Amino acid sequence: MSPSTGIVQTNVANTASVTAALRRAGADPHFVEDPDEIDELDRVVVPGVGSFEAGMEALAALGVIDPLIDRIEGGRPTLLVCLGMQLLGSSSDESPGVEGLAIIEQHVGRFPEGVRTPQFGWNIVEPIEEMNHLETGYAYFANSFRFYEPPAGWRCAIAKHGGPFVAAMEREDVLACQFHPELSGSFGQSVIDRWIEGIDR
Amino acid sequence: MKAVRIIPCLDVSGGRVVKGVKFQNLRDAGDPVELADLYRRQGADELVLLDVSATPEEREHGLETLAEVREVLSIPMTVGGGIRTVEDARRLLEVGADKVAMNTAAYDRPSLLTDVATSFGRQCCVAAVDAAQSDDGWEVVVRSGTEFTGTPVTDWVQQVEEAGAGEILLTSFDRDGTREGYDLDLMEAVTSRTDIPVIASGGADGPQHFLEAIEAGADAVLAASIFHEREYSVEAVKAYLADHDIPVRQEVEP
Repeated sequence: MSPSTGIVQTNVANTASVTAALRRAGADPHFVEDPDEIDELDRVVVPGVGSFEAGMEALAALGVIDPLIDRIEGGRPTLLVCLGMQLLGSSSDESPGVEGLAIIEQHVGRFPEGVRTPQFGWNIVEPIEEMNHLETGYAYFANSFRFYEPPAGWRCAIAKHGGPFVAAMEREDVLACQFHPELSGSFGQSVIDRWIEGIDR
Repeated sequence: MKAVRIIPCLDVSGGRVVKGVKFQNLRDAGDPVELADLYRRQGADELVLLDVSATPEEREHGLETLAEVREVLSIPMTVGGGIRTVEDARRLLEVGADKVAMNTAAYDRPSLLTDVATSFGRQCCVAAVDAAQSDDGWEVVVRSGTEFTGTPVTDWVQQVEEAGAGEILLTSFDRDGTREGYDLDLMEAVTSRTDIPVIASGGADGPQHFLEAIEAGADAVLAASIFHEREYSVEAVKAYLADHDIPVRQEVEP
């Protein structure tokens, strides 16, 4: 049986392109409907656009907050994109008072004054140490908020927009991208392909 | 360093790419899936797909075309044409759009932009603004270039930003398809009045026009005819811009 891939749908926007990119990588994804699937699936993808609060509300409504935390803490194959990555934090400038998954004890901050926000477009992503899933390349971003400090225990890549910020990070088979790999041309497709292939195994 | 985006535009009707002059005299320019994939390989940073269907029958093809293009396309895609409600936007996003562009319906009812931004995020809410020269500046044109509103473009772009647009697709009605170059005065007038990214559209005839638009403040530059006619590839335009010290993404796409 081929490995199972589930998408946690936090917002309709962007799921079509995530689905298409996963299919190009050889996966056959479906939308997660039952919280038990988070533990059972071979691969889980948390895409996400929209606000931090709406994202957490969607995870709560699906009943997947606790199983997701267990899965990510366990280093099992999980891909988090854009807002999906930010939800790993403890809180965000975007939705004051809303608690995130808090796997990363860091506040997700807005880009500084004076830089064009949202950041729309292609920016250079550079690993600060060797990473399993990516090398230096241009990736597509659409974000107003970001982690600005590489969290301990994760291998990270940075990009610069009003100073450096965390563009991607990985720990075991968990990969979080602030950019959109599903929209980042062949660079992004290779990130998804490598996560799917599980190059570590 | 952030790269300037080069965006080919596909005007689609009845499952085919078409192109006209000043929004009229549409003629066939190819298959949307083939062209989308070609432009992606040439290094396009994004694609705009505008449904210019005149009849409901032609529009039926729109969703099918969008789904087919999405399958092959690994870069962002903005889709516009005929979006009148949040539900219209939702359908397009579900099928494969990353952003939706609204024009006439947003002009009639600016709260549409607010509703789309609230429902799906500001990053996928694009205001398409068609601008025609008037006595003392530019006025907004709606209904595919058939209705001149008298509303100053410089006022309208501030309103769309306040309403929730995350980006403005600014087309010069006077230059569309004419290949006389982008309207640089228009570009400067708009970028000085809004903080959100502005895409220049209408009038490109060569790489030098892209450079001019970027120097006038465009965050991204859109063109259709010069790419469809195969006179310049996206790659060639980017090579020219790189030679003039404009940051562009130059990666070979398989």
